[in-house]
Amino acid sequence: MPKLKFGIIVFPGSNCDHDAHYAAGTIMGQDARFIWHKDSSLGDVDVVIIPGGFSYGDYLRCGAIARFSPIMKDVVRFAGMGGTVLGICNGFQILTEAGLLPGTLLRNASLKFVCKDVFLKVENSDTRFTGACKAGGVLRIPIAHGDGNYFADAETRARLEENGHIVFRYCSPGGEITAEANPNGSQGNIAGIVNEAGNVLGMMPHPERACDPILGNTDGQRIFKSVMGSFVIQEVVHNLS
Amino acid sequence: MFHSKITVTLRTSILDPQGKAVEHGIHSLGMTNIEHVRIGKFIEFDVNTEAKEEAERVTMEACRKLLANPVMEDFTFTLEKIQKPVHA
Repeated sequence: MPKLKFGIIVFPGSNCDHDAHYAAGTIMGQDARFIWHKDSSLGDVDVVIIPGGFSYGDYLRCGAIARFSPIMKDVVRFAGMGGTVLGICNGFQILTEAGLLPGTLLRNASLKFVCKDVFLKVENSDTRFTGACKAGGVLRIPIAHGDGNYFADAETRARLEENGHIVFRYCSPGGEITAEANPNGSQGNIAGIVNEAGNVLGMMPHPERACDPILGNTDGQRIFKSVMGSFVIQEVVHNLS
Repeated sequence: MFHSKITVTLRTSILDPQGKAVEHGIHSLGMTNIEHVRIGKFIEFDVNTEAKEEAERVTMEACRKLLANPVMEDFTFTLEKIQKPVHA
């Protein structure tokens, strides 16, 4: 199978763009490229990563200004056509501001910036982002954010729960969903969600920071392997039909 | 010309931990009859029009589309007729 083309959007203030490039390109061996936010076209990419950081200095609200960058029009088009979009940390915030994912990310309940490894329970392993994960399995992935407190109104949350759109929840090392394991006050310990069509994932934890074996933790590779696996499945289905 | 003053606050249904922390500080100063502290944002700008309806319309549109996120925030604003820009 040919290499997948990962397009990593770079906003002024993005600071995990190089980590995402390194993870997708150097570690996973795929074709990774940066896409400047002023560009109007994604080109022929297969996967879009909206990386972490502080786009536009988090002015007004996290992600509020980034969504007006010219490239976001094409990201919305790409997502609308079923393209795979992964928003990490600030990328998740941008996706909610752009209306591609429901809800929003509030200030951490502790009011503190939290930077540490957390444990994530894979609540739905039947997505293109988690196909290589065990259902109910636990991943150790770092977080680094001040505004990661997921909030949505009761109706939206009920819909997320019913449809299995909650992909990751903060949990204990043993996989229990507890208040102690919740680093930021997120409703229902929500750490990551997908949209209705299942092609757009937003997550606060940073899988790209847990890919290089030299760092002692490669759990983040699961997300990349899942995405790569989803394209293999698509190709097989295409060849059969 | 009109001057818009906009206040954006977290919706009352949402816990405001910053407000809580500040309230705690106020109470530490002895002003214990102050309660329900909420932290918000203040935004102001001029609207270059002579029609109040137009000033109201664009201020509302700016609030809805950018300045406030309806998922978590409410906004209010006031309009004042002015002769020259307030901060130019």
